[in-house]
Amino acid sequence: MNKKKEIAVVASQEMLADGIFSMWIQTEAAKSAKPGQFISMYTNDGSKLLPRPISICEIDAENEKLRVVYRVTGENTGTEEFSKLQAGDTLPVIGPLGNGFPFEKAAGKRVFLMGGGIGVPPILELAKQMKCGKKQIVAGYRDSQTFLKEQFEANGEVYISTEDGSVGTKGNVMDAVAEHNLSADMIFACGPTPMLRAIKQFAEEKDIECYISLEERMACGIGACLACVCKSKEKDHHSNVNNKRICKDGPVFLSTEVEI
Amino acid sequence: MNMKVNIAGVEWKNPVTVASGTFGSGAEFEEYVDLNRLGAVTTKGVANIPWEGNPTPRVAEIYGGMMNAVGLQNPGIDLFCERDIPFLRKYDTKIIVNVCGKSTEDYCEVVERLASEDIDMLEINISCPNVKEGGIAFGQNPKAAEEITKAVKKYAKQPVIMKLSPNVTSIAEMAKAVEAGGADAVSLINTLTGMKIDINRRAFVLANKTGGVSGPAIHPIAVRMVYEAANAVRIPIIGMGGITNTADAVEMILAGASAVSVGTANFFHPAVTMEIADGIEEYMKQNHFESVSEMVGLVK
Repeated sequence: MNKKKEIAVVASQEMLADGIFSMWIQTEAAKSAKPGQFISMYTNDGSKLLPRPISICEIDAENEKLRVVYRVTGENTGTEEFSKLQAGDTLPVIGPLGNGFPFEKAAGKRVFLMGGGIGVPPILELAKQMKCGKKQIVAGYRDSQTFLKEQFEANGEVYISTEDGSVGTKGNVMDAVAEHNLSADMIFACGPTPMLRAIKQFAEEKDIECYISLEERMACGIGACLACVCKSKEKDHHSNVNNKRICKDGPVFLSTEVEI
Repeated sequence: MNMKVNIAGVEWKNPVTVASGTFGSGAEFEEYVDLNRLGAVTTKGVANIPWEGNPTPRVAEIYGGMMNAVGLQNPGIDLFCERDIPFLRKYDTKIIVNVCGKSTEDYCEVVERLASEDIDMLEINISCPNVKEGGIAFGQNPKAAEEITKAVKKYAKQPVIMKLSPNVTSIAEMAKAVEAGGADAVSLINTLTGMKIDINRRAFVLANKTGGVSGPAIHPIAVRMVYEAANAVRIPIIGMGGITNTADAVEMILAGASAVSVGTANFFHPAVTMEIADGIEEYMKQNHFESVSEMVGLVK
């Protein structure tokens, strides 16, 4: 017995783009957090009971703070409630949860760090901590609201794609890779499933070691409810069927291990 | 003051267990809960062979609760016996193994296999609404429920708890039927079948279309059904359905439950079972109850 739900204190909150918010919270979870892990955030509203799994954007272990950058998914949602919290307000959290990116494997390699949409934020802490040969950050956005771009530029070579073509390459992250004729020995990616599917296919065709961070609706976030499973190549040790738990066995998987 | 309860001849240290499927085999909660503090651990349903479960999305949030259609994904009885029973035996708590199946033979095979295992009780799931082939087929017809109870009892070496579905016209009739079949106890309620539609995608939220509704929203329904079952049978009742805090648990006991299971609340408050165990003790002190049994069914 060494983990518990704790009350985190909001240190700051700001809007980065339309519907995209950034919040620093004071939490013990910061002490052991790694890039690619997530925290379960709970609302203070008794009608919304389940945790919202939110990926960690930045870690300040020394000051025990975590940054989460998240999208408000609609009116009267838990994420909307989070966006209204101000410095000094509290919210219950559990974390850090999940496995995180195995970024140590990138030493000396030419790497793609790819994020799309609300999958962009976890790439930031990864970029900050990763020591590799060539760090190529490819970030995909909807439009010119390229949140976190400046921070990425301080941590590697940055390539941007936008769906509307307003900044960088028009299209998605794979279009940016093609336009700049980029290549890599290893890939780390987080984003919507169609994007991850394209990256997985690209990596497998070129025989590149590729780690993708998946998402699925969760209930518990701690590996008990078996809601957030994905199809896996090998039988999982937990349920003895070809289903891995995204919250516990993931959210980061070697692309060849999973079917998406 | 005595927190112990006796359920069909098995003595629990307190009246708190967990609802099957919300607590894994216990190992998943080891980091959050001192398992020694629970009266019993009820494990996730196990079948004769591994089950893959349903496609995702398997869960959805609703106002004051959730829906699930996990579909009884489980590792099968072999791995369960090899791994999960020895794990739980390290703790000072009773082990209740929940058994699922698609046919009478499936249930009996698992129950027979468990006869030689070091476990304390069996809970037979005849009420899962999310698996087409079985379970619920036995749980909505009194005659079928009585027959499956009789069949299982032939092979069972441990006391048998029949887990009942609320998706019936009369819970009292179902409780009487399994009592007639030889059940040693009943547990209720399982989830209520529900449906949720995403109006933007104009599609079902759950891949399974329907799912079981659970959480605090269903608690009053569960209290009513426990009360009705308690007035219909002599065997002990394990009450569950939306228990989220001490008051919910005490209410269930006053309605007629000899013990309580905490389910969905484990998902959003992993340490809740320990708080409820302490809370019941505190309630008993404040209200001068010497034993849990004094409270069972006190409200007539």
